[in-house]
Amino acid sequence: MVENRPWANGFAHTVLIIGVALVVFPVYIAIVASTQAPDELLRGTLPLLPGSHGIENYTQMWQSGVSSANSPSAALMLWNSFVMAMAITIGKLFISLLSAFAIVYFRFRFRMFFFWLIFVTLMLPVEVRIIPTYQVVADLSMLNSFAGLSIPLIASATATFLFRQFFMTVPEEMLEAARVDGAGPLKFFKDILMPLSVTNIAALFVIMFIYGWNQYLWPLLITTDPDYTTIVMGIQRMTSEENPQWHLVMAAAVMAALPPVLVILFMQRLFVKGLTETEK
Amino acid sequence: MQTKRMTFPGRWLPFALLAPQVVITLIFFIWPAGQALYQSLLREDAFGLKTTFVGLENFARLFRDGSYLNSLSVTAIFAVGTTLVSMSVALLLASTVNRMLRSRSTYTTLLVWPYAIAPALAGVLWWFIFNPSIGIVPYMLEMVGYQWNHRNSGSDAMLLVILAAAWKQVSYNFLFFLAGMQSIPQSLIEAAAIDGASPIKRFWTIVFPLLSPTTFFLMVVNVVYAMFDTFGIIHATTEGGPAQATNILVYKVYADGFIGLNLGSSAAQSVMLMVIVVALTVIQFRFIERRVNY
Repeated sequence: MVENRPWANGFAHTVLIIGVALVVFPVYIAIVASTQAPDELLRGTLPLLPGSHGIENYTQMWQSGVSSANSPSAALMLWNSFVMAMAITIGKLFISLLSAFAIVYFRFRFRMFFFWLIFVTLMLPVEVRIIPTYQVVADLSMLNSFAGLSIPLIASATATFLFRQFFMTVPEEMLEAARVDGAGPLKFFKDILMPLSVTNIAALFVIMFIYGWNQYLWPLLITTDPDYTTIVMGIQRMTSEENPQWHLVMAAAVMAALPPVLVILFMQRLFVKGLTETEK
Repeated sequence: MQTKRMTFPGRWLPFALLAPQVVITLIFFIWPAGQALYQSLLREDAFGLKTTFVGLENFARLFRDGSYLNSLSVTAIFAVGTTLVSMSVALLLASTVNRMLRSRSTYTTLLVWPYAIAPALAGVLWWFIFNPSIGIVPYMLEMVGYQWNHRNSGSDAMLLVILAAAWKQVSYNFLFFLAGMQSIPQSLIEAAAIDGASPIKRFWTIVFPLLSPTTFFLMVVNVVYAMFDTFGIIHATTEGGPAQATNILVYKVYADGFIGLNLGSSAAQSVMLMVIVVALTVIQFRFIERRVNY
């Protein structure tokens, strides 16, 4: 800060507190709603303070879900979301590391061609080519499976570029020294390159986990079997009922938001690093 | 494009390393995109028994189709609205947080977490707050004499989805604005302060112009976000309604293809969207290299 202006500081804090309040508001309302008795929400206006039915609402949602909305227990849905997010994240990291390694540390024919082929995927978000992609997955009979949920989403131009940029900054001497000592490419990759990339991998992990967890359109199309319902999708199903049971919907919403929010809060440094670097 | 000066020899290994990425790209990206292109030139009859080649007829129809033109303008309003709201709020918050010394990291933590909320979930949360029968905001609006109802009123529905989309995106813009501000040399601001410029004057004459690369970058990213990543918000709340008032392009592709089963038209819309994405990506890459500068 350049100069001391007590009034300006007070004003700044006021602006920020209002800002934070606005950002927190929807989630606060969700928490309040998730602790009310079922009939409380039908009576007209929502109370502004948490009620006393929190534990039973969350337990009910966790154990049995809302069967009338074809929405299974939150425990199962959270597990499905977790498996899908982890499969997407690990898959993306794995294949991107390998292809960045190939592009940087080898000279081979069609190298540029492959580079551009991977680059093009940046321009084809799943929303844009949704029907033909669905047909492909259906033809491969991957509907209603974790493979169908994750594999089509794991190609990643962003991660490949990021690792390529990072590998280019690794000193030449590393490779020279490794080769003098007789290390082959795979040994170099495993024992030198991977340990050097740990921070980058972790930063991307955070971003991709959130990306995977929040997938919506894809699971909606690929899975019809309730056993594969993910939590975000399950919430949408519950809200499209004739009379949504808002106390349970909001309990599920809080549980759905918790894992990725905790990831951001506890790994904020990695999150910021991942976010700013993937967008370069 | 460069490699390392020294590389590994190997004839098959690089291909083997690339194989997983390339196979997935070919099967799930290139092939479907080709299919979309191909289907956009065909028309199926009502029973799906016969397909005929119709050339660019599907595209010509799109631009004669009132609902597609409506969707284009709805998308434009939605994208501009979301970008404006989320960027101006983020800029205000970032410039305020940037004044702080001790509380900076606390406020940052409190402001960044909505990035983690799924778009569909953001939609549901705001949908609930604005719910005409039990929501809290319509209750307050009624006291000042406004009847909020996003089930009937197109403008109410649009406002609702813009709010939900912008709310989720504020944290992203905030982080980039804050990073941009922290890379502005402190000496410039101190010099201006010595010359007697007030904080507001300093912001508009020094900070804001120097932020223009960040601002421009965020504009592109936000438009891309609003156009392609907000499917969940629309689907979980308004479903394009009322009367197509929030039927943005990505939602229309889905609705026409999966619900309307009009494959030719849906494929043509997919191709149009791909053209838009490619154009936006080119803009982003060209200008980020060159950077808007003063």
